[in-house]
Amino acid sequence: MLEIKNLHARIAEDGTEIIRGLNLTVKAGEVAAIMGPNGSGKSTLSYILSGREDYEVTEGDILYNGESILELDPAERASKGIFLAFQYPVEIPGVATMQFLKVAMNEQRKARGEGELTTPDFMRRVKEAAAELKIAPEMLRRPLNVGFSGGEKKRAEILQMSLLEPKLCVLDETDSGLDIDALKIVADGVNALRSPDRAVIVITHYQRLLDYIVPDTVHVLYKGQVIKSGDKTLAHELEANGYADIIGAAA
Amino acid sequence: MNMQTGKTLSVAETALCDAYDQAIGELPGDGAVLAARDVLISDFKEAGLPTRRVEAWHYTDLKALLRAVPAFDPAASADRIEPLVEGASVLSVVNGVADKRASADGVTVTRFADALLDGTAAAGLVARDADDTIGRLNGAFVRDGFVLDIPAGTELTTPVEIQTTQNAGQTHTRFPATFGAQSKATVIERHVSTGENAAFVTTVSDITLSDGAEITWIIFQAQGGADTHLGQIRITLGTDAKLRLYVINAGGKLVRQEIHVVVSGEGSDLVLRGINLLGGETHNDVTFTVGHNVPNTTSTEVIRNVIFDRARGVFQGQIRVAPDAQKTDAKMSCNTLLLSDEADFSAKPELEIFADDVQCGHGATVIDIDHTQLYYLMARGIPENKARAMLVNAFVAEIVEELEDEPLVEALEGVIADWLEKHA
Repeated sequence: MLEIKNLHARIAEDGTEIIRGLNLTVKAGEVAAIMGPNGSGKSTLSYILSGREDYEVTEGDILYNGESILELDPAERASKGIFLAFQYPVEIPGVATMQFLKVAMNEQRKARGEGELTTPDFMRRVKEAAAELKIAPEMLRRPLNVGFSGGEKKRAEILQMSLLEPKLCVLDETDSGLDIDALKIVADGVNALRSPDRAVIVITHYQRLLDYIVPDTVHVLYKGQVIKSGDKTLAHELEANGYADIIGAAA
Repeated sequence: MNMQTGKTLSVAETALCDAYDQAIGELPGDGAVLAARDVLISDFKEAGLPTRRVEAWHYTDLKALLRAVPAFDPAASADRIEPLVEGASVLSVVNGVADKRASADGVTVTRFADALLDGTAAAGLVARDADDTIGRLNGAFVRDGFVLDIPAGTELTTPVEIQTTQNAGQTHTRFPATFGAQSKATVIERHVSTGENAAFVTTVSDITLSDGAEITWIIFQAQGGADTHLGQIRITLGTDAKLRLYVINAGGKLVRQEIHVVVSGEGSDLVLRGINLLGGETHNDVTFTVGHNVPNTTSTEVIRNVIFDRARGVFQGQIRVAPDAQKTDAKMSCNTLLLSDEADFSAKPELEIFADDVQCGHGATVIDIDHTQLYYLMARGIPENKARAMLVNAFVAEIVEELEDEPLVEALEGVIADWLEKHA
């Protein structure tokens, strides 16, 4: 589903290279965890996958279902099924959460040549998905992410993900700032989306989230490269021994 | 009346003087009104249109900007339109002539033409000061409008919409309104062009809030792309009176909207919110003065501007606090979303504070679309143009939502969204 080949990328503004020859393949149905120390390029990778303009790809390619997505803007990538759950969801005063959800769902449907949702259908879907994630209706009446607690923001991201039904889900440190109950709710939300035609990339610092979202593969990112890949036991190894051994072995 | 001044008159000044000579025979009024009109037009001839050398008009050089003035056009035919908020009582003025049958439940409504004819309007036909070009021109030319009297204790459950429509020529209207003690009402003052021809419009509202009145007054201006709109609202606030004044400009070629507030009752509160949607070649000036003259009063002013194309916006805001107006709390801000390199905005805040125990402040910002917000919306599949429109809309919707009156908020958000769809 996703094939990243020898990717090099830098910050557009100052030219700092962050991703330095990254290779990664994620198959449909797979849950891949990306771990790594601070500054290894994990969040940058998620932004690049989503098409954020602040980063420039200088070499290599990103193939999604066999096609390069480098020329697509974030909206085009999203309507093709790529979803990034943000580490820091953006507050947008003046945009009502419900209106945002409706526009996003309908714009994606439009891009795929499907008809708009009727209001009752839309309301029903939101109500059901919100209940699963224990999101109070009052929260949805507020402007997008404004005044949401850290945990509410993360749940709102997963709500968007379940409503938009993407094919490739990228979760950028979705566990940060969550207490254990919220973590379970979020993990349940993600697990509910696991399916043979959907891939999930979980970016995290900690093993903790991976106890609830059990990965098929684990990749260690360091200095903009995947330096080691393995199965879920690799995450446990990292939890026990830290990154030093692996980094030392790769150097 | 012959022009016998030594100065060179501009085309527009000449047209205004000629219009007065032609119209005076038709304009309603008794002897006192006629005398007041003559004083105003002769003052106008003496002063002419203001230039940038007049401080109050520094950013709106009316003499340079007002290139032409259309003559009165008795053949012009506009129509009244549906009210902004469904179910509102409409007091309609079409091509400068007020509807004889206009009425609104709970409000004593008389035509301003009648007040001119019986002379009761004469005392109000004065300029505020030497630079009051709008008061002067409107007083000289005013032909009709409505006088609203809301008795003490009245609570209006539906809004009153004062509606002026025209499609050519000149329209000069006046709307004095008195809100009795403890009355509650929402009034929408709406000025709309229904045609493409250039029109010249002046309008003056003069409103007084008695003790404890709680009033929402919305000025919504949507003139045509060739029109000149010179509006003024004069406000007096009594003890514990609360006024929410929204001024929304979404049209016109040359627009000046003046707001002059006299705070004369303790415990009173003024909320001014301005939304200026500017596109094309529009020049739009909102000039605000407030005098806090008694202790323990509050005012907040928030102006939001969205500017496209080669439009030019001006906000002048002056807060004066009199020596014994202690505990005044006044805060003013002006935020501009500049969406074109050729657009321009000038903000001139002025604080004149003569009391020592007050809280007063002002701030002005000019911003572009927030790129992180834009990226976030796009990352959810919303195409760039639509995402931009949502963010521009959000910038002003925040202000509208403060009204917390659902039908009104929906109606205003609707007209704002329509405007943005046409211009973004």
